[in-house]
Amino acid sequence: MAEASVGIVEKQFFEYRGSFVLESEAKLEGFVLAYETYGRLNDERDNAILICHALSGDSHAAGWYGGDKKPGWWEDMIGPGKAFDTDKYFIICSNVIGGCKGSTGPGSFDPKAGSPFRLAFPVVTIGDMVHAQALLIDHLGIACILCAAGGSTGGMQALQWCVSYPDRIRSCIPIATTHRHSPLQIAFDEVGRQCIMADPKWEGGNYPEGGGPDAGLAVARMIGHITYMSDKSMERKFGRQLKKKEYGYVFTQEFEVEGYLRYRGDSFIQRFDANSYLYITKAMDYFDLQRDRSLAQAFSHVKNMNFLIIAFSSDWLYPPYQSKEIVKALKMNGLDVTYCEISSDYGHDAFLIEFEEETILIKHFLKKVLRKNVIAKI
Amino acid sequence: MNTRNNRNEKTLQRLDHKIIASLITPGSKVLDLGCNEGVLLDYLVKERGIDGYGIEISESAIYKCVAKGLSVSHEDIDSGLKHYPDQFFDFVIFNQTMQQVHRPRHALIRALRIGKKVVVGFPNFCHIRARLQLTLLGHVPITASLPYTWYDTPNLHFLSIRDFIHFCRDEEITIENRAYLTKKNTLKVFPNLLAYNGLFVLTCPRRTGQAATS
Repeated sequence: MAEASVGIVEKQFFEYRGSFVLESEAKLEGFVLAYETYGRLNDERDNAILICHALSGDSHAAGWYGGDKKPGWWEDMIGPGKAFDTDKYFIICSNVIGGCKGSTGPGSFDPKAGSPFRLAFPVVTIGDMVHAQALLIDHLGIACILCAAGGSTGGMQALQWCVSYPDRIRSCIPIATTHRHSPLQIAFDEVGRQCIMADPKWEGGNYPEGGGPDAGLAVARMIGHITYMSDKSMERKFGRQLKKKEYGYVFTQEFEVEGYLRYRGDSFIQRFDANSYLYITKAMDYFDLQRDRSLAQAFSHVKNMNFLIIAFSSDWLYPPYQSKEIVKALKMNGLDVTYCEISSDYGHDAFLIEFEEETILIKHFLKKVLRKNVIAKI
Repeated sequence: MNTRNNRNEKTLQRLDHKIIASLITPGSKVLDLGCNEGVLLDYLVKERGIDGYGIEISESAIYKCVAKGLSVSHEDIDSGLKHYPDQFFDFVIFNQTMQQVHRPRHALIRALRIGKKVVVGFPNFCHIRARLQLTLLGHVPITASLPYTWYDTPNLHFLSIRDFIHFCRDEEITIENRAYLTKKNTLKVFPNLLAYNGLFVLTCPRRTGQAATS
């Protein structure tokens, strides 16, 4: 295991000092973006791949922080000889603005007010997140990235990259994602937000540091986890199994599934900020590449890019039909697209689990993109 | 029996792949409908330097295609054709899969819209061996190009070379080129009786014009 890993890594910070205008036309006077890199940027500076993370993810995609027991969230996919091969590619994983993992977000200090932003933080969009990432890519001296890849909200960022910066990206791997949030997805996000906002400890977003709407955030996460699994995976993982042998006829955690959700909820409050949860889910809900045009029109200025679209059969939160819509729009523009619906029982979570299938697809896809990139330069 | 059939199928496949390669203009953009593991596309990439795409329903075959560096879409031929722009491909290949889709006429017409030329290959149901098995022995034919038993055949439609020629005439589809295949060679005479497979290169000026103006 150790030799197939990028090993010990460190979180880095990019500080942008300029004025950053958001899609809402609100302004941020500079921002910080947390990121990590693995592998080496080649002399031509053309082997960079941007990994975009999902809702609750962070910039720690691979390797270990010194002293940690758990590696980054996509350790199975990033490293020497893996799908995102760090012997070949320079991998960048960037956190998002609005987050709480080292980047500027509602919990950050607002120098103007002399206190944390909290709800004074402007609402951000997926477009804003990607805009900030593009400034990071500038800072790293990279004109064009070889690929942007990510699952779920990360996939939305990857797609947004193609539409916002078509000249700065060669290929895209959106996984278990959509080109626009559906009413079902918005509904689940809104229930999550209401859980937080209904918790009196939320205090209109002004909860003190170290405190906050823990109960609300935990329930939001519990709901999230249900949508990440599938009927089948829950049946297999928990069944109707009880923690004790007999029914207790009480309202404590009796079923295994209850215990699991509570555990997930409780561990989430240790690592995530409630206001950030509001901001990032809102950004997801606003995400709509299409708006008042057809999706094919949205991609009409994208040229010579390669796409690998991956969906999972049991994903009911981001169902394969949404990926197929993207495939259809790309085809209508004559773009090179490979699509695979991986059969899996793991639901939306599959993108973090089915790494063997993902590895075959991604590894060979990137090899092709790299070859085409070399040919294009000759 | 099975081994022999497989061997025959492989010989045939190599022959039809060779003939298809000879029909394809080097460097052209090619879509293979039901490309399976991408053997033909890969061969065409190597032999003719094509830009190859595939549509395939089997997930395991998708991995094999991607490993060959091919671009392939995991979907049904019946629904996977409609979104490409008109005349987007130089060639659309429909080899040994036309008889396996639910609506072959529909798929073929769509293929003729998105491809400048369509290459169709199919097993001849009226080969002499098939005819004899049907009429004299009284069972559903099993031949070199139709090696399946009735209960596990992927074929949904059965046609002869003559049927197909009539079909093209009725649909105003132009047959630009054709080849009739025996096990190891091509033949010119009595194809409907002696050929195991037919290969046709089709164009359809009428439908192309329609698609372009619609």
